[in-house]
Formats: sequence, structure tokens, C-alpha cells
Amino acid sequence: MFDFLTSGQYDVLGAFWVTVQLTLYSAIGSLIWGILLAGMRVSPVPLMRAFGTAYVNTVRNTPLTLLILGCSLGLYQTLGINLGGDTSKEAGFRLAVLGLIAYTGTFVCEALRSGINTVPVGQAEAARALGLSFFQVLRLIVLPQAFRAVVGPLANVLIALTKNTTVAATIGVAEAALLMKEMLENEADALFAVFGVFALGFVLLTLPTGLLLGWVAKRVAVKR
Amino acid sequence: MSSVLYDTPGPRAKARNWIYTGIFLVLVGLALWWVLARMAEKNQLDADKWTPFVTDSQIWTTFLLPGLGETLKAGLIAMVIALPLGALLGIARLSDHAWVRVPVGAVVEFFRAIPVLILMIFSSALYVMLGTVSSDLRPLYAVVTGLVLYNASVIAEIVRAGILSLPRGQTDAAKAIGMRKGQTMLYVLIPQAVTAMLPALVSQLVVILKDTALGGAVLGFADLMSMNRQISANYSNTIATMVVIAVIYIAVNFALTTLASWLERRLRQSKKGTGAVVEGDVAEVDAGGAAGVGKAP
Repeated sequence: MFDFLTSGQYDVLGAFWVTVQLTLYSAIGSLIWGILLAGMRVSPVPLMRAFGTAYVNTVRNTPLTLLILGCSLGLYQTLGINLGGDTSKEAGFRLAVLGLIAYTGTFVCEALRSGINTVPVGQAEAARALGLSFFQVLRLIVLPQAFRAVVGPLANVLIALTKNTTVAATIGVAEAALLMKEMLENEADALFAVFGVFALGFVLLTLPTGLLLGWVAKRVAVKR
Repeated sequence: MSSVLYDTPGPRAKARNWIYTGIFLVLVGLALWWVLARMAEKNQLDADKWTPFVTDSQIWTTFLLPGLGETLKAGLIAMVIALPLGALLGIARLSDHAWVRVPVGAVVEFFRAIPVLILMIFSSALYVMLGTVSSDLRPLYAVVTGLVLYNASVIAEIVRAGILSLPRGQTDAAKAIGMRKGQTMLYVLIPQAVTAMLPALVSQLVVILKDTALGGAVLGFADLMSMNRQISANYSNTIATMVVIAVIYIAVNFALTTLASWLERRLRQSKKGTGAVVEGDVAEVDAGGAAGVGKAP
């Protein structure tokens, strides 16, 4: 029943490795983009706030499928932007990462912003009353409390990102979901076995992340 | 505007903010100019690529509106099936009996850990194997099945969070007047939890609508997403079509998101009830965690 694993015809581990790579690159990128967006959304400059809000509301409400297909059909095939990927395979991977960053960045931004909002205004007012400068307030009072509050939400975003990398299958990136589709077309008699293998793969990817970061989130949370 | 990060700006801060505004405008302008120049270079700004959406009503009646109809149909069917199923799972997970609570918990965590696309592809292959569904209905069935399996478990968590968000006094009071466990749940907890859950459920509907697009891209479901291929085949205007489709998705989802946050605000402010509310982002738009990472305090 599990012949397909040993036949050497399918590279299941390789496909999951692509999934992991997609997750890692997108996670780093969306953390940076999310921090920038959050910075805009809480900045004292009205125009930046407006831009941040508009971006988040627009992209959050767009299907990720549309963003990634847009990267592939729009940017790559129509405008010829390949992000330095020479082969179409490489370009597909990079464009998928771009789409995932554009989308996941909004969730990172919202998680960070809600973290900053959990810090009571009185904390910053007390710090200013002590004569701390803007950067001292940020570094010593606000950010340490905010970071501790965002671990949980950020862990959720990371888990969602891991699952969302499957959407890259829509533009032919050879990750887990695409391989599963191919295998189900060829190995129809092993339907449940194939599904079981891929389901297990994703459970193994997401469950430890969730347990570990959930434990960290509980430990560092500020008791109010 | 004063916030935890800065005071209400005075004259010097205001002047500085104007400089930042200027720099930011220049940066955004440069980015926009680069994109538009690139598009103009590839003739993507030509009028004949964009005007069909205004002049040619067929593009709406044959492609966009039927596509939107299919998207809404799949989303609503999935929601209607997933809601009672999820409620049942969520309540079962709160059961006092370990033999109910533990297996249901395992099922819920399992389906939350798997990407919805994997579930859709699996359902599609399953219907092919069973051969009971005609091939033109199969994409819809597969999309709805995948969405139901995933979202029932997410809704189960929302229901559980909704019931747990109620003050303990509610259960205690129900016990004090001699209600049984079932009665407490049915007459005291669930009616209050439903209102607390409303914002989260509306947000989940947005997630479902966005996920239907996967069916259009991978399973050949004739939804709004898949119309992109058909329209650009007829009018060869990929980017224009993508933009119009995105605008439709955003309009529908933005209306629902706004409704969700309005509901949330209303519930928080209302004097009636317990003021308990499950936020829209408990399920954090797609972000249900396998291990159910707790919300930050």
C-alpha cells in the first residue's frame, strides 16, 4: 500500500524540503515587511498611517491565490520581472515567496500593532514623566512589553504561513501539495495512504512549532 | 493624536512630520512611476486592454458575475454545513467525558494542521474514485468538502472560545438553580456565546471566500478566480483582468470585514449581556494553529 514511498518515483522529502524553504524565506521576508508596515501604521505621520492602513486592508482581503497567480502571470509572464531567477523554475519559487511576503506581512503587521496596543498608555506617560527620551521609552518600556505580547500571535502567523505555502502549487512550484496532486492522479488506489503521508508531513511541520512557541508565549506573557 | 509611542505633536514635531511626509511621497511616487513605466513599456496601459470592462457588458454577464456567483455559492454552502458541524465539535470538546473530549480534540487539531488545498485535492480525488458525482459538479463538491473539513474544525475552536469567554458566574448560577449540564449549555451558555462569536464567524466567512479561489486555480472550479484565464484568453489583458477581479474580491471581503469589526465594537460597548466577545482574529484569518497557540493577553 505504501509502495509509492519506496519506488523512488516520487521525491516526497524533496517536496517537503521545498515547502520548508518557502516557509523560511517568506517568514524572514514577511517579518521585515511586517515590521516596516507596523512602523508606518503607528507612526505620527498621517500619510504613512493612511498608506499602511490602506495596504493592510487591501491585501488582507485579497485571496492569496490571486496574489501569487498575479506575481506569476502579471509580473513574470507579462512584465518579464523574474527577480533574478534565471530558469522559470527558479523564478517561480522567488515569485511565490514575493506573493507570500506581500500577504503574510499584513498579518505580521497586525500582530505587532496589537502587541504595541496592549501596552497601557500610562506606562509610556510614566516613562516620559521620568525624563526618558523617545528612544529610551521605546527601548526600555514599550518594546520589551510589546514583544512579549506578540509571541503567540506571531506563532499563529508562522503556522498559517507554513500551510499557505501550498498555494505556490498554483504556479507550479514543486512543493508538497503539487506532488500530492500528481501522485493522486497516478496512484488512485493508494488514495488514503498518499493523503495520510502528506497530512502527517504537515502535522509534523506545524504541531511542534505550535507547541514550542505556545509554551514560550505563555512563559513570557506579561501578567496584567 | 496621542498614543503610547508619542505625544500629540507640537510645532517642531509637526514640521518634522511634514518632512517625513515629503520623503515618503517621493518614495511612493518613485515606486509607482517604476511600475507604470514598466507596464507602459509592455503596452499594459493601452486603453483597449481596460475599456472592455466598461464598454463590453458581456465580460460581466458571461464571466465576472457568474464567477462571483459560484464563489459566493461555494462559500455560503461551506459555511452553512461547517457551522452546525463546528458547533457540535466545539461543544463535544468541552465535554466532561474524556472519551468524547479527547478523540474530538484530536480530530479538530488534525484538520486544523492540514492546509485546505491538501484537503481539496484529496476530496477531489476521493470523488473521482467514488464516481458518484458527475464530473461537472465535482469541482464544487471538492471545494465545499475541503472547506467544510477545515473550517468545521476552526469554527469548533471559535465556539469553544466563545463558551469559555463567558464569565464563570453564568455556569455557577445555572447550577445553583438546579439546571442539568445539557440545560446549562442549551439555555444559558450557547445563546450568549453565539453573540460573542458573531464577529469571529463573519471573519471566518471572509477566509472561506478567499479560499474558494484555490478551487478555481487548481481544481478547475468555475469561480471568479478562474475567469481570469477565460477573460485574458479573449481580450489578452492579463493585468487588467487581475486588477478587476482583485477589486471585486476586495470589495466583497472588505464589506464583510467592516461588518465584523462593527459587530465587535457594538458587542463590547453594549450594556446588555456579559460584554464577552471572541475577536475576529481568534482564528486569525487563516492562522488557526495546529496546537492552538493561546491568544496573547
